[in-house]
Amino acid sequence: MARPVQYNIYGQTDVKLVKEGPEGYMGEGFFGTSLDKVVGLARKNSIWPLPFATSCCGIEFMATMASHYDLARFGSERVGFSPRQCDLLMVMGTIAKKMAPVVKQVYLQMAEPRWVLAMGACASSGGIFDTYSVLQGIDQIIPVDVYIPGCPPRPEAVIDGILKVQDLVGKESLRRRNSDKYKQLMESYGIQ
Amino acid sequence: MSLSNDTIKQRLIEKFGDQVGHFEEPYGMLTFEAPKDLNLKVLQFLYDDEELAFRFLTDLQAVHYPDNKGRELAVVYHLHNLVANVRIRFKVFTDINQPDVYSATALFAAANWMERETYDFYGVNFVGHPNLKRILNVDEMDYFPMRKEFPLEEQTRVDKDDEMFGR
Repeated sequence: MARPVQYNIYGQTDVKLVKEGPEGYMGEGFFGTSLDKVVGLARKNSIWPLPFATSCCGIEFMATMASHYDLARFGSERVGFSPRQCDLLMVMGTIAKKMAPVVKQVYLQMAEPRWVLAMGACASSGGIFDTYSVLQGIDQIIPVDVYIPGCPPRPEAVIDGILKVQDLVGKESLRRRNSDKYKQLMESYGIQ
Repeated sequence: MSLSNDTIKQRLIEKFGDQVGHFEEPYGMLTFEAPKDLNLKVLQFLYDDEELAFRFLTDLQAVHYPDNKGRELAVVYHLHNLVANVRIRFKVFTDINQPDVYSATALFAAANWMERETYDFYGVNFVGHPNLKRILNVDEMDYFPMRKEFPLEEQTRVDKDDEMFGR
């Protein structure tokens, strides 16, 4: 008996319950693909976020982590509070200029490969706080991979941002962090 | 009330003559002014006097009046007599080109951080302060942001379209 839920009708819906795996050669009992695709697959589905929450965006993030939106579905079950263990620095909220060295210190303590997500208008651009005491976007001190717009963004937007980070992580070449371009990027931020 | 504004005013004039002046009572709070060289003497007198006994420094801050030539910066002391529950406001004015005012830290320990804050935002140089450096803003800041000649907005931004932001 057909069940009246569209997701359960095989072949008649564009919703994919399981994401497709990477490209490769498949046969009876084996699957061959390149190493960086496998590593990317493993990395992207087990991102440990480090929340750096300073204001209302942090509250939205708590909602995102809680059961209703449940960020754990996307492999970010464990929110780490030690930068040495985490892969993704999530900066959420206004960063005052006096806080800037702290954010940079936290970023420097994270091990490569590391990614940064700027959540909300303040972390992305300073937001409404166009004033002498507020950092006008955290990309002035550390490189940012994904920006989430909003003031504050809804949890759906946060999830969308996390999925964008997952895309980046999954597609990143294993050699990117050793490339000259990446070194130049780090040097432009004064990071050795 | 045992301690009236008139009594305080009378005692100050007895002690300092016409050097204290500009007595006002906005919303019932006695406000007066003295030359900046006398600020510690006035504070000490208000502190030591058995009847006046203003022994609590509630607040200390500065005001910038750019049009007030020669006396652009006002340093304002808010004092409280905890026994009689009377508050007064005491101002000294200084030239912005030589903003030296004697520090009240020896008299009130509370003045330490308040004077650092006042220095941080207005650049008032408190002579005799044990540790006069920035307290709230970043150490690298090279101006005093609450002075009126500095715009409130961050000046390093290049990506904001002035028309869009009403400048």
